[in-house]
Amino acid sequence: MLDVRNLQKTYTGRNRTVEALRSLSFHIDANELVCLVGPSGCGKTTLLKCMAGLLAPTGGEVMLDGRPVSGPPPGMAVVFQEYGRSLFAWMNVRDNVALPLRRKKLGKAREKELVDHALEVVGLADAHHAYPWQLSGGMQQRVAIARAVAYEPKVLLMDEPFAAVDAQTRADLEDLIRRLWRELGVTVLFVTHDIDEAVYLGQRTIILSKSPTVVQEDLTIDLPDERDQLHTRSSARFGELRAHVYEQIQRAKHHSGDTEASVPSAAGAATATPHL
Amino acid sequence: MTVLTAGRRILLLLGMPAVLFAVWWFATADSTDVYFPPLSTILRKFGEVWAGDRLTADILPSLLRLTAGYLLAVAVGVGLGLVVGMSRVVRDVLEPVLELFRAVPPPVLVPVIMLFAGIGDTMKILVIVSGCVWPILLNTVEGVRAVDEVLSDTCRSYGITGPSRLWHLVLRSASPQIVTGMRQSLSIGIILMVISEMFAASNGLGFTIVQFQRTFAIPEMWSGVLLLGLLGFVLSLLFRFAENRALAWYHGLRRAQRDT
Repeated sequence: MLDVRNLQKTYTGRNRTVEALRSLSFHIDANELVCLVGPSGCGKTTLLKCMAGLLAPTGGEVMLDGRPVSGPPPGMAVVFQEYGRSLFAWMNVRDNVALPLRRKKLGKAREKELVDHALEVVGLADAHHAYPWQLSGGMQQRVAIARAVAYEPKVLLMDEPFAAVDAQTRADLEDLIRRLWRELGVTVLFVTHDIDEAVYLGQRTIILSKSPTVVQEDLTIDLPDERDQLHTRSSARFGELRAHVYEQIQRAKHHSGDTEASVPSAAGAATATPHL
Repeated sequence: MTVLTAGRRILLLLGMPAVLFAVWWFATADSTDVYFPPLSTILRKFGEVWAGDRLTADILPSLLRLTAGYLLAVAVGVGLGLVVGMSRVVRDVLEPVLELFRAVPPPVLVPVIMLFAGIGDTMKILVIVSGCVWPILLNTVEGVRAVDEVLSDTCRSYGITGPSRLWHLVLRSASPQIVTGMRQSLSIGIILMVISEMFAASNGLGFTIVQFQRTFAIPEMWSGVLLLGLLGFVLSLLFRFAENRALAWYHGLRRAQRDT
């Protein structure tokens, strides 16, 4: 489905070059929900932008359904962290959600149906005519999610979408993402810096090293499919996984593409099952 | 409550003009100075001079030229501003030239424009364009350059490109700044409308006012000045009305940002 192969990105400035991504390879199957977590400044956003076709990598490639990504591919939607900057302030909620659909020329009726449904599933059925700036942060991010849902993407990329909302709203939105993922049969890559979120949400968690970035560990989250904030988070297994990811992130702060050889593989860690 | 606030607003809006008019009225009440006739005389002349034939013979042509020049300046300013704002190369090439042109005061262009455009409406419209275009152009360039990066990425990832991007993203997000430029240009346009009619004209407000001055019809001349002031006031009211409608989202956004 989604293949990242030896992806490299080096930013070249006037006086210095910054190697953000050393060499990243991983694979995401159709209908998977994968979280990507790493220490601050590890190039998560760079990676996501390369995958979304918004940024050209220096080396390697991203393949979507066997075709290399050279620009924003159709069938992919991106939800950004900065909801306030990713919505059109001059359009009401409805038009924000509907605009990307115009290009698809689905016909008025189908378009209306998609928009109505998308706003319904994110719980904004009564906010069609509000402007984004009249809504709370969490609701604005729901609009951005509704826009992605209405677009009917095969792949949904999310770049720390809940980093700027309060904790309670965040829990609601996490459950919303799990629900949407299961109902829509969409492939989700969810980038986060929050360890709990990385464990709670996904089927797999890819842990990145610090910059220049490599994949430090590809961890299967073997929690039951039915998750809820209360029971999942208080389960023993959740605690173990959380502790493991935490350790790995701590280690990742000192580990990068430059130190790869000297750090022992985490594959044998007692508390986790490595993904093969 | 709302009646009270509305009354307060009207009072604030009209208070100062009323005071100024009163001062003018009483200061010139017994004036025998030819150059400063009593306001009562000016107001009497006002009705006589402007209500009749001059409405269609002078006021209308002036307003038509102003409208034509202003709209042309908006079209050229916004169009060119989009091109310059979106392309780095064009910006680097054009910026020094634009700065030079902008520095030339439009009134000195009147004789130049007369050389190739004659002394008719074309010349007057071009003079208005030559002054009005700059604030609109420069503000549009700034507005276009300031389009949010995240929103731009959002558009790209949803395949909103080309004309759709131009309309829904670039123009709309630059609109507050474009409107700022348009507001500045409006007052420049009125000034240039009058100036262009003072050089070579057979009708129009500027022409008529100069004509009155040369024939020592001083109260009539004053009434013309009054009319120009009134015209500017009404146009800026209309502008503000249109702006409040077109940029309701922007004012709302600003208020929301202030409150948090």
